[in-house]
Amino acid sequence: MTDAHIVRHTRTSRVATGVVVPLVVVLAALPYYAPGSVTRLLVDLFALVVLASMWNLLAGYGGMISVGQQGFLGIGAYTVLVADLVGLDPFLAVPIAALVAGLVALPTSFLVFRLYGGYFAIGTWVVAEVFRLLTVEVGAVGGGSGASVTGLSAYAPALRGAVIYWCALAALVAAVGGVFLLMRSRLGLALTAIRDEPTAADSLGVEVRSAKRIVFVLAAAGCGVAGAIIVLDSLRVQPDSVYGVQWSAFMIFMVVIGGLGTIEGPVIGAIVFFALQQLLSPFGSWYLVVLGAVAVLAALFARRGLFGLLTRGGDVRLFPTGYRVRAPTEAST
Amino acid sequence: MTWVNAVVQGLLLGGVYALYACGLSLVFGVLRIVNLAHGDLTVLAAFLALVVGQALGVHPLLTLLVVVPALAAAGYALQHAVLFPALRGGELAPLLVTFGLSVVLQNLLLEAFSADTRSLPAGTLGTAGLALTDLLSVGWLAVLTLGVAVAVLVGLQLLISRTAIGRAMRATSDDPETAQLMGLDDRKVYAVATAIAFATIAVAGVFSGMRGTFTPTLGPQLLIFAFEAVIIGGLGSLWGTLVGGLVLGVAQTVGAQIQPSYGVLAGHLVFLAVLAARPGGILRRAERR
Repeated sequence: MTDAHIVRHTRTSRVATGVVVPLVVVLAALPYYAPGSVTRLLVDLFALVVLASMWNLLAGYGGMISVGQQGFLGIGAYTVLVADLVGLDPFLAVPIAALVAGLVALPTSFLVFRLYGGYFAIGTWVVAEVFRLLTVEVGAVGGGSGASVTGLSAYAPALRGAVIYWCALAALVAAVGGVFLLMRSRLGLALTAIRDEPTAADSLGVEVRSAKRIVFVLAAAGCGVAGAIIVLDSLRVQPDSVYGVQWSAFMIFMVVIGGLGTIEGPVIGAIVFFALQQLLSPFGSWYLVVLGAVAVLAALFARRGLFGLLTRGGDVRLFPTGYRVRAPTEAST
Repeated sequence: MTWVNAVVQGLLLGGVYALYACGLSLVFGVLRIVNLAHGDLTVLAAFLALVVGQALGVHPLLTLLVVVPALAAAGYALQHAVLFPALRGGELAPLLVTFGLSVVLQNLLLEAFSADTRSLPAGTLGTAGLALTDLLSVGWLAVLTLGVAVAVLVGLQLLISRTAIGRAMRATSDDPETAQLMGLDDRKVYAVATAIAFATIAVAGVFSGMRGTFTPTLGPQLLIFAFEAVIIGGLGSLWGTLVGGLVLGVAQTVGAQIQPSYGVLAGHLVFLAVLAARPGGILRRAERR
């Protein structure tokens, strides 16, 4: 017989690991056998998954609703452009974009952390607007009309597409895997405690502010990477597009529809959102009406999102971050 | 003189911002939620006034007789049907719901009215002005708007501090459970507060529609201005909201005087500076709790 013991993995999660790892390998090899149109679509999807995971990290685990993540997305996008202008390889700019966005987020956090709840949300939005308005004043990066990234023309189109795709895939793995590892760490435990009861967590010695700050900086870095990838893919930066508040709307939809506060939810939400976007985009702004209405309904009636509905509210985790107690079992005779 | 002019125009512009902000301030004060659809509702009110004005052939000021009750009724219904259930869902649900509403409203308006720039025809009221000196003149409409903003804020202040429903709102805001024990129906109190807030949104929509132009996608911008006015002045103080609106207006016109594209940016920077130096708002010390 075994004593009562604590486990992290379940049968489901072992199966999931067995599926996810080969899936990533298959996806990594995709440029060798799939046409460029497929990998290009996937780049868009992967960027959305990264954005959704970052927003979920902020809201679902950090308890911070931000409507200003497009500010960091824009900074990531412009980092690629600046790297290109000074003659750096644009691909090298992807990790730099993470660094720059994170570095900007650190002082920003000291300002916006003075606000709570909904006021925090609009405060981040104002900061994003300030980033946009400052950017359009800089003539060297094209001012209000933006500029094109030219350094990529050194690459053959097929190779360029493949490298962008690998960048996007790497960003996706880093974002989803990073959130997973983070939530299993000491910081993840602190965040869970803060989410459940901030005052109690504080009184037990959890550094509430610094934990939230780390999350804010990491989420900004992730959004910066997503912005860099979006620009590498489209080869053009336009301030109104990369700093647009619609990115926040997309992130919120993906996470709310998929399931807030889970690792799986944002991934599912991003896939659903991407499919809806492809299907409904001919209908113009009606598709945003539908998405908005669905998000309202999800926030009211399906608080755990699609992932919660799929698992019927059960405690199913493909990426387990918590612990479970297994009851003692009698050895069979 | 141009600088004096910028400040005077800024104060008048601030009247519009104070008007935007009082509904946001009231909803936050009573329900403790931030209505992210606030700006889009203001734009909705302006479009409603446009439609009513065209259909009946009346001056935009007369459309207030229709738009204010319509928005108040919408607020009452919205609170009852959507926001109240969302309040039960913790801190995040109301934000997500109002953000979703904002996207729905904005895109419905786009579908209905296209992206064209509109304005409400104010007639001679919009063009007539009062020349204070040879170089400085103020528009009657701008002065009227500031006056209405002050009147609305005074009215709200009196309503909250002097009347039974105001007392019920304060009680429910402080402690909904105890208020319920004392026989207050919190759902009804919230709904009345939202209806009043929406009535002020209607007034704000009509006046800003007469003073300037609007498009279906203007809502987020208005929300940000309203929010900045609330925070600059200090949360939970209606006088602060007025002062915040005026400060924001002056910051924008003075910034625009330096260079036209700096106007909005200057407003944001003043907001961030207040947040850094006096997070409680500039009126905080005067009424320390």
